[in-house]
Amino acid sequence: MALSAADFNYRRRKLISAVMLGAAATSAIGMIAVLFLILGYVFIQGGQAIDFAFFTELPRPVGQEGGGMANAIVGSLIVLAIAGVLAIPVGFFAGIYLSEYASTTFAGAVRFVIETMAGVPSIVIGIFAFVLIVRPMGTYSAIAGGFALAMIMIPIFARAAEEALKTVPFSLREAAMALGVPSWRIVLRVVVPTAGPGIITAAMLALARAGGETAPLIFTALGNRFWQEGLTSPIATLPVQIWEYASGPYADLHRQAWAGSLVLVAMTVGIIGLVRLLYRGTSFRQF
Amino acid sequence: MTQQAPTQTQRDSRDHSGAGPSLQATQEQRSHIAKVESTDPGTITIENLEAYYGNFRAVAPVTFTIPGRKVTAVIGPSGCGKSTFIRCLNRMHETVRGASSRGHVLLDGEDINGPKVDPVLIRRKIGMVFQKPNPFPTMSIYDNVASGLKLNGIKSGRPMNEIVEQALRQAALWDEVKDKLKQAGTALSGGQQQRLCIARALAVEPEVLLMDEPCSALDPIATLAIEDLIRQLAPDVTIVIVTHNMQQASRVSDMTAFFMMNEQRSGELVEYATTETIFTNPADKRTEDYVTGRFG
Ligand SMILES: Nc1ncnc2c1ncn2[C@@H]1O[C@H](COP(=O)(O)OP(=O)(O)OP(=O)(O)O)[C@@H](O)[C@H]1O
Ligand SMILES: [Mg+2]
Repeated sequence: MALSAADFNYRRRKLISAVMLGAAATSAIGMIAVLFLILGYVFIQGGQAIDFAFFTELPRPVGQEGGGMANAIVGSLIVLAIAGVLAIPVGFFAGIYLSEYASTTFAGAVRFVIETMAGVPSIVIGIFAFVLIVRPMGTYSAIAGGFALAMIMIPIFARAAEEALKTVPFSLREAAMALGVPSWRIVLRVVVPTAGPGIITAAMLALARAGGETAPLIFTALGNRFWQEGLTSPIATLPVQIWEYASGPYADLHRQAWAGSLVLVAMTVGIIGLVRLLYRGTSFRQF
Repeated sequence: MTQQAPTQTQRDSRDHSGAGPSLQATQEQRSHIAKVESTDPGTITIENLEAYYGNFRAVAPVTFTIPGRKVTAVIGPSGCGKSTFIRCLNRMHETVRGASSRGHVLLDGEDINGPKVDPVLIRRKIGMVFQKPNPFPTMSIYDNVASGLKLNGIKSGRPMNEIVEQALRQAALWDEVKDKLKQAGTALSGGQQQRLCIARALAVEPEVLLMDEPCSALDPIATLAIEDLIRQLAPDVTIVIVTHNMQQASRVSDMTAFFMMNEQRSGELVEYATTETIFTNPADKRTEDYVTGRFG
């Protein structure tokens, strides 16, 4: 029996569907393969190099083997904490402004500034922080590093927070309005708590992103082979330390750079894992 | 129609033209609009109320009185402006971008559209229940009921537990939830959620409760539970309910307002009378056609 037109069409559609599915699966597998290659390489190289001393000791003088990056690990956490303290409130309110007062002209200006900030290369942000903070202070410092990372975090966090706030159904705002709740209190007491997990996720992803930045820290935090002497002096950070060790000629320092990379990657993967866990816990029914 | 400006007589001859807020048109409309003399608290007097979305007039001038402590049903075909109309009664209409209204809405003689009136305070007196249940997902059952008072920082003379229990009892939900007040409000069934939303609206002790198709997302049993509840509430609260369900309107309401779209696609009040009259002996042919299901 000859194929009818409908049969033919159906087969053709099935074939196209199979080809498309194949293409999508191939690129997905390719991407996952690349990711695992990178992660695997870092884990193997870093795993061989990492030891207890890496977490507890300072760098040894050049030429001596051993030592660790304890100061850089602590330094990274300090600089990130400063960045978080600066960026999270600003990004939070910017995100609220973008989502809740989107129709005002000022919100348009905020959006423009944030989108521009997001597009500025991180090295330029480093130079900006250098001119604005390092020069007047006369020294590289943890504060300058934190400021530069905050500049990177703000647009990421503000836009992710905006997205999280926008997922709150309008019906909830309406319900609160109908109860005679003033609009600013609706935002703070109904909309923000409902978007809470999304906002926390946004903050953590922004921190993870800033934690891996190197360029802006070279001009601001600089680096330090010893423990930092407060927030107004140069401070060691993981990415900068890795960059320095990796670009030098010493095999032992290369080894340590791999260990540092492993710690950095583990931190990022850890944060993303935490975010996933958080998201799994929040499947409320949306009305 | 090629004429630009119809003369008064022409305008009079056209039935329910809705051509504008002219006095003649209004008076003509009134012929099928029952006069209600009500001095009960919670009486809403509507005078030449019209509602707009931008330049589009969604509701043509309506004038009638909703009696206090009674149930009034608003019926009419889809898109005729029922939701728009009741959202004008607690000033929710103006929260839509570009929306505006004209005319007067008097609650116990006081104009809620008055220049010095705060819409936020009006909404505490005139509560609203929506088509889809919308409990706050981050709050427990208890907190949902208490939210109207807590979010507004209102210190009532009575203890909160008592207020919450009373509101839940009024909403016929107390027995079902009294052992799980700390659980999330969203963990209830659809019908229970809607009663929770009613309890939440009642906890602030409103004069009026507006309900926009409160049962359309519910099954028949849950619907009957809400209807019972509406009847029980009526002696204490004025209720205005929008419904597409003719049986529901005839079961729960004392008065019925029938809206329809005119040629300009504006909703207008065609007939307003006791529910019995509307369903057994309507004055307007269009009302009769609608309630008997000849169009809709
Ligand atoms: N936000 C809006 N912007 C512009 N026009 C709107 C808006 N909401 C409603 N309208 C229009 O106003 C008119 C009345 O709408 P409304 O929602 O009040 O009708 P309804 O009688 O409640 O209908 P239904 O029974 O389907 O709920 C319709 O023509 C509708 O298209
Ligand atoms: Mg409607």
